[in-house]
Amino acid sequence: MTEKPINGEKRVFMTGNEVVAWAALAAEADIMYGYPITPQNEIMHYWTRLAPKYGRKFLQTEDEISAGFTTCGGVLSGKRAFTATSGPGNILMQESMTMAEMMRIPTVLVVQQRGGPSTATVIYSQQEVTMTCYGGNGEGLRIVYSTGSHQELFDYTIKAFNIAWKYRFPTFVLGDGYQAKMRESLYIYDPAEKGISMLKTVPFVGLEGMPGVDRDPSHLRNTYNTEEELYDVVTNLVAEYEKIAPEVIEYQTFDADDAEILIIAHGIVTRAAQAAVKALRSQGIKAGHFRPITIRPFPAGEARAVAAKAKKLLVVESAQGQFQRLVKDALYGLTVPMEGYFKPGQGITSEEIVEEVKKGL
Amino acid sequence: MTTIAPKMPKSWRTETKPHKFCPGCGHGLVLKALGEAIDELGIQDRVVFGCDIGCSLLSWDFFNVDSVQTHHGRTTPVVTGVKRARPDRICIAYMGDGGGYAIGAQHLVNAASRNEKITAILVNNCNYGMTGGQMAPTTLPQMKTETTPYGRDPEETGYPTQGPEMVAAITRENAYVARGTIANVRQLKGYLKKALQNQIDGNGFSFVEALSSCPTNWSMNAKETWAFVEKTMPEYFKIGELKAPAKKEEKIDV
Ligand SMILES: Cc1ncc(C[n+]2csc(CCOP(=O)(O)OP(=O)(O)O)c2C)c(N)n1
Ligand code: SF4
Ligand SMILES: [Mg+2]
Repeated sequence: MTEKPINGEKRVFMTGNEVVAWAALAAEADIMYGYPITPQNEIMHYWTRLAPKYGRKFLQTEDEISAGFTTCGGVLSGKRAFTATSGPGNILMQESMTMAEMMRIPTVLVVQQRGGPSTATVIYSQQEVTMTCYGGNGEGLRIVYSTGSHQELFDYTIKAFNIAWKYRFPTFVLGDGYQAKMRESLYIYDPAEKGISMLKTVPFVGLEGMPGVDRDPSHLRNTYNTEEELYDVVTNLVAEYEKIAPEVIEYQTFDADDAEILIIAHGIVTRAAQAAVKALRSQGIKAGHFRPITIRPFPAGEARAVAAKAKKLLVVESAQGQFQRLVKDALYGLTVPMEGYFKPGQGITSEEIVEEVKKGL
Repeated sequence: MTTIAPKMPKSWRTETKPHKFCPGCGHGLVLKALGEAIDELGIQDRVVFGCDIGCSLLSWDFFNVDSVQTHHGRTTPVVTGVKRARPDRICIAYMGDGGGYAIGAQHLVNAASRNEKITAILVNNCNYGMTGGQMAPTTLPQMKTETTPYGRDPEETGYPTQGPEMVAAITRENAYVARGTIANVRQLKGYLKKALQNQIDGNGFSFVEALSSCPTNWSMNAKETWAFVEKTMPEYFKIGELKAPAKKEEKIDV
């Protein structure tokens, strides 16, 4: 057997893209399919350098439509397959991810958000929230982790593989260009070291034995003939998704219990929000912060519980209210006033949040 | 009176027969040739069959082989993904001419260029069958379809795609490329066998286009349909092997 990519635990200083490649290696990913796009490229660059040393594979496809569908093929073969993309590439991958939703194919897709719409910037944004959660013609039956640091990129990339294979819903790690390109300190580790074992993968096609003799053939389809048939299929999918949602949701709160002003943010903006809460508290302002880690499924009940106690809510994001729509959906019926601080495609500092909070006092 | 069921290939799934194609449709004949090819090569337990959206989707439960249906045009990448992950499987991508030459053309071109070790089978019926008979890349000049009601005008919409010729032009000597027809099922089966053998040998990309009928959308009776397949189509689409790698032992190292 080839050596483990990481033995024990190591402190490193890396870019987020490098982190994702190491995490996928540590998670025993078998194969990556991908197409170049900034700011995701270095995931492939590190993977193609590291993977052959550990008997893992890579295929550069002709576009992201193909990268998504080849990933589906790899997973159907029983391999821990993944891909990574951004912006316009994320658009092209929506098609294959709907097939993954319909056929319960546990694909893993890492998204490093860039500015939009269109080609926009290759730098940073939080503008791929709606698309990553609800892209495609369907009900958004996906799991989306919105990470805020390099450590989380590592932890949740590993976790994404296990969650995808456990629940069989396509799973996304939603990062951004800052996380992709910045260097930061973190610990990388062999999952076994933390008591994490990688779930066994199973093939959906290419099974052993003579089909029709030793076993039934595996016949997978995504087309149905009648409204009733489809209604049953989708109803069951939704019911299963809703059943697992409470086990999947993750969130964090910071001084939220007695907060009068509750800042709601996700992804890398949580760091500015956390720092803003500290600064505001030191000035005697009762601020708190709620941060969903899974933005789909959304920790709605948990968000409601803290939001209901606040006097005011401030949603902060690097997009024009995409995340706020998820928050509003979760908090429907609450009468606590809500404001938004939106900077589409631009970073947000803690100072700006502090100022925004104080302006509203 | 007793009816005698027609002889079916062993790899066909009897539970899903009779199949759902229209009477006189060529898809059934292509799949018969494919079934016999699978039987004769003894690969039924190793095949992974992928089908497109188009009338090819009706084959999702056609064989006693593991099968996956995907989106319109995306069979080539799905099957490529399977093959890359499981090189020991014999992977077949089954699609229509719209799926392969229009919406999925980039996949076909690039799978061929990368010499993916899969077998792609494309049914050329000169139109989009499933959606009700619109112009396909293969629609013949002057041929009437729902979107060329006055006949395809090459000045407006170009000439029919010469698929195997294109694939042959962009592949190296280890590819297998042929065009067969349902008018000669024996020959078609021979091409399909060679295309599968080429994958089994680990040589490279294999591609077979099959000229096929769509009486429903052509609005033709049986006689007219057969004449169109046998006479009209091959005038434009030449039958034969365009590229056949030498047998392994015949290859000369230089
Ligand atoms: C993305 C997308 N666009 C359009 C369609 C509609 N559609 C279904 S089948 C088909 C054409 C099928 O024609 P062809 O590939 O030639 O197969 P045939 O039915 O003729 O065998 C189209 C356009 C679709 N399913 N998906
Ligand atoms: S519409 Fe044409 S291609 Fe489709 S099943 Fe009927 S005859 Fe065959
Ligand atoms: Mg067609």
